Amino acid sequence: MIRRLVRFVDQRAGAAPFVRKALRYVFPDHWSFLLGEVALYCFILLVATGVYLTLFFEDSRAQTVYHGPYKPLRGESMSRAYESVLHLSFDVKAGLLMRQTHHWAANVFLAAIVLHVLRVFFTGAFRKPRDLTYLIGLAMLFTAFLEGYLGYSLVDDLLSGMGLAIGYAVALSLPVIGANLGLLLWGGPFPGSPSFFPRMYIAHVLIFPLIIAALLTLHLVLVASRHHTQFRESPKTTEKQVVGIPTFPGQAPRSLGLMFAVFAVLFLLGGLVQINPIWLWGPYHVGEATNGAQPDWYLGWLIGALRLVPGFDLTIGGYTLVPNPFWGGALFPIVILLVLALWPWAERKVTGDDAFHNLLERPRDNAWRTALGAAFLTWIFLGFMSGSADRVTVWLGLDYAAQIWAYRVLIWVVPVLVFFIVRRTCRELVAWERIQSDVDLPRRHVE
Amino acid sequence: MSRAKAFLIAALVLLLGKRRSKRELPEHRIVPPGSPQRRAETLVLLLFGAVTACGVAFIVVYAIDQLGHQTQWLGLALGLAFALLALACIVIARRLVVTEELAEPYPEDHPDEVETIEEILDESGSRFTRRRLVTLAGTGALGTLFLAALTPALSLGPALDTRALTKTPWRRGRRLVDESGKPIAAADIEAEAFYTAYPEGADRELIGSPLVVVRIGPGNGGVVAYSKICTHAGCAIALYRKPTFPDTQPGPALVCPCHYSSFDPARNGKVIFGPAGRPLPRLPLEIDRDGNLRAAGNFSGPVGPSWSGVRQRGARS
Repeated sequence: MIRRLVRFVDQRAGAAPFVRKALRYVFPDHWSFLLGEVALYCFILLVATGVYLTLFFEDSRAQTVYHGPYKPLRGESMSRAYESVLHLSFDVKAGLLMRQTHHWAANVFLAAIVLHVLRVFFTGAFRKPRDLTYLIGLAMLFTAFLEGYLGYSLVDDLLSGMGLAIGYAVALSLPVIGANLGLLLWGGPFPGSPSFFPRMYIAHVLIFPLIIAALLTLHLVLVASRHHTQFRESPKTTEKQVVGIPTFPGQAPRSLGLMFAVFAVLFLLGGLVQINPIWLWGPYHVGEATNGAQPDWYLGWLIGALRLVPGFDLTIGGYTLVPNPFWGGALFPIVILLVLALWPWAERKVTGDDAFHNLLERPRDNAWRTALGAAFLTWIFLGFMSGSADRVTVWLGLDYAAQIWAYRVLIWVVPVLVFFIVRRTCRELVAWERIQSDVDLPRRHVE
Repeated sequence: MSRAKAFLIAALVLLLGKRRSKRELPEHRIVPPGSPQRRAETLVLLLFGAVTACGVAFIVVYAIDQLGHQTQWLGLALGLAFALLALACIVIARRLVVTEELAEPYPEDHPDEVETIEEILDESGSRFTRRRLVTLAGTGALGTLFLAALTPALSLGPALDTRALTKTPWRRGRRLVDESGKPIAAADIEAEAFYTAYPEGADRELIGSPLVVVRIGPGNGGVVAYSKICTHAGCAIALYRKPTFPDTQPGPALVCPCHYSSFDPARNGKVIFGPAGRPLPRLPLEIDRDGNLRAAGNFSGPVGPSWSGVRQRGARS
């Protein structure tokens, strides 16, 4: 039976050699290699649940009056988009489950990608020949940021509208071209022309997912063509030879198990843990906003940066050149993207190391990179933390303005401290290991 | 009945019976042999059974209309189904599937092939005598065509005409109305309170429409109105003083909850804290014969977030 099936495929597609190779493709084993896979499975579930949501969503900001089953909002004026999501949440069986699972999956998707990037960065997996793979991964990360933002903007609850207003302000703040770009994207001044929501919708459900899917395919093809990196675990794992378990039978049930586990966690979260209770926020109107509004976690660094910048527009002789939201909302993410994207080339230039690298470094093995990376991460993380200063004011009663001033100083001081602490720690760890291996000579000889 | 019994017995035999491999093992194997793991196998069967039960539960929960907390039960059923399935896969991976360790050489680059490709490309152009010129002209042609293909994107919005940004529905004599559409009397504006107002008979979903009205002093002259849209990032000014300022700080502030830009209503909307770079635009007011608030003109500056050159522009009706 199996033979007949494989023969059928082989005679028509000539695929047998490829399939045989794929079955015996070697996967090195380390828990941190699973992070990228988790992101992949989140993406699959995002597409699946997302397709379901599209069958109920209406992409219109035309105003209507609510008459549905949720009593606190009855008689309120709201957009058809928001009404359709209320309908999906309250009237469609399994609708809320799918919506919440979709939202949770988006949050976990971004978390998995971020952790994956950190793993790749701190182990030097981005080095030649995988620098291009890494760049494509970064492109996916930043596309995913935008995709997630579009997703929760479509709902048109109060949070959506506030987020879109900020997005519009950031677009407008781009020097010289900002006003033109903002009007172009929104089809007119905020909240935009009636075409704006359909545009955002098609971007969220078709254009961006296609971009991510294309990048994802390319990413995986490149990974497979150069094979996985590996840690130096035994004398058999070298720069020339990869050691691990084959796709089949060893890796397949492991990967499937991970996929189902990811689905399990996401559906349990979607069913049992409330996320984005849009009916509590209420519909968006241009003249309304609420206190305590926070974006999804993966945009926290941006809201923090927007809040940290002191109040000034860059003006030259009375002419406004750079409006304020540019610094936190555009320059900050652009700098982060550029630093990450140029890192492999910068490192190659500084170290003069142009060789192929299939063996990973442990973070301590490269003290400079680890320390700089940790400092950079701290810089972003403090931006993220400052975005929650208003919540800290509510919970702990700390003065908001004082917190912001503290962050304005800390965001430059702490990364420098982190750099020296981490570099020292890495060097001490390596030195300590050397002492250990001198004591334990026999083990040293095995290597 | 007896047939059902026969099926049951057959199923049990299939499930629990010791199956003998009829084929002789071939001498040469690709995947190394492993010894049977019957307990693990039984566990996998049980797990698959439990997954089936969870699947059935999901369908049943879906079908029952009068069930409370349906979302939770559905999520639980589906989540458990996948969790058990994951567990089954893990048991298969750890106990039932032979896990070999393979070693494979890393792929290398192909300098010879690279050279051949370069040669093919190089030698193919022997008929061209003005190579650089042709390349230049070709690049120019394709580049222009690319730009031409992008041009229709300008139809998305009024990209070249930014006057739309300064237009507001306010003009001299337009009445201020509250959320329910009723006119607002100056005498009804109380101190330490915060009022939202809209232009009578105009679209409220315009960035230039909503106002905040507060009292900063006694009498008709003590009522002031500002655009409700923050000049930083375009959110609505929804807070009056708190939580940014402790009660001990003098003077109230209009605060945007997005990034906590704070504006002083007593000093023409001056920024007193936060990232906003421009004061809040103020709307001049007048009071009609009925004592109701009306606009006495347009805002003191463009409404909403700033753009390059915003200070050279004014609000227009």
